[in-house]
Amino acid sequence: MTKSELISLIATQRSLPRATAEEVVNLIFDGMKSALCHGERIEIRGFGSFRVRRYDGYVGRNPKTNSLIQVRPKVLPVFKVGKTLRRRVNGSSADTN
Amino acid sequence: MPESAAASRTMTKADLVERVYDNVGFSKKEALELIDAVFETMREALERGEKIKVSGFGNFVVRQKSARRGRNPQTNESIVIEPRRVLTFKPSQVLKTAINGSLRAEDVPAAGPDDMFDEE
Repeated sequence: MTKSELISLIATQRSLPRATAEEVVNLIFDGMKSALCHGERIEIRGFGSFRVRRYDGYVGRNPKTNSLIQVRPKVLPVFKVGKTLRRRVNGSSADTN
Repeated sequence: MPESAAASRTMTKADLVERVYDNVGFSKKEALELIDAVFETMREALERGEKIKVSGFGNFVVRQKSARRGRNPQTNESIVIEPRRVLTFKPSQVLKTAINGSLRAEDVPAAGPDDMFDEE
């Protein structure tokens, strides 16, 4: 499913003009992106949570040329699936973890 | 555990409701219903094992994990970890670039093994 397909589904489900559904979906993802850019955590109950984490730099190798390269420290968003969604994705009724 | 000031706030669905309410002509109740519909539609797709590609944000991917031998770290006994389907998130390059352009790495908590033991 692409974002475009998600927008169409929401428009149909809620009997909304496509442009309105598109605006709502974009507001959600732009809002989450902006929160992460401010170092905020995001928690959507029943879905999961996001936060940013630092990964330190290291000396790596370019696999094509085999030359050494310095990989700089970076910040990455990390997603953790919520309990109910984890169960639903796994098709299990009980939480075995 | 010390957290940097930048990481102290948590965005929730209420913040998204506020955003939709401020920018589109919906009541808060309608905004909440719409946001719930968006996440539920995504959950249903993931439940079917479908991948979700959100351009500019990232991809949610359902991955099949095969059975493997594990160990209960408390009792040290060997156990079989059943095959299962798990959800992973792969951030888009656009999102990674935006985050790295606005946050300094030294202000962000380091990734560590305790990340795995966090409550939702």
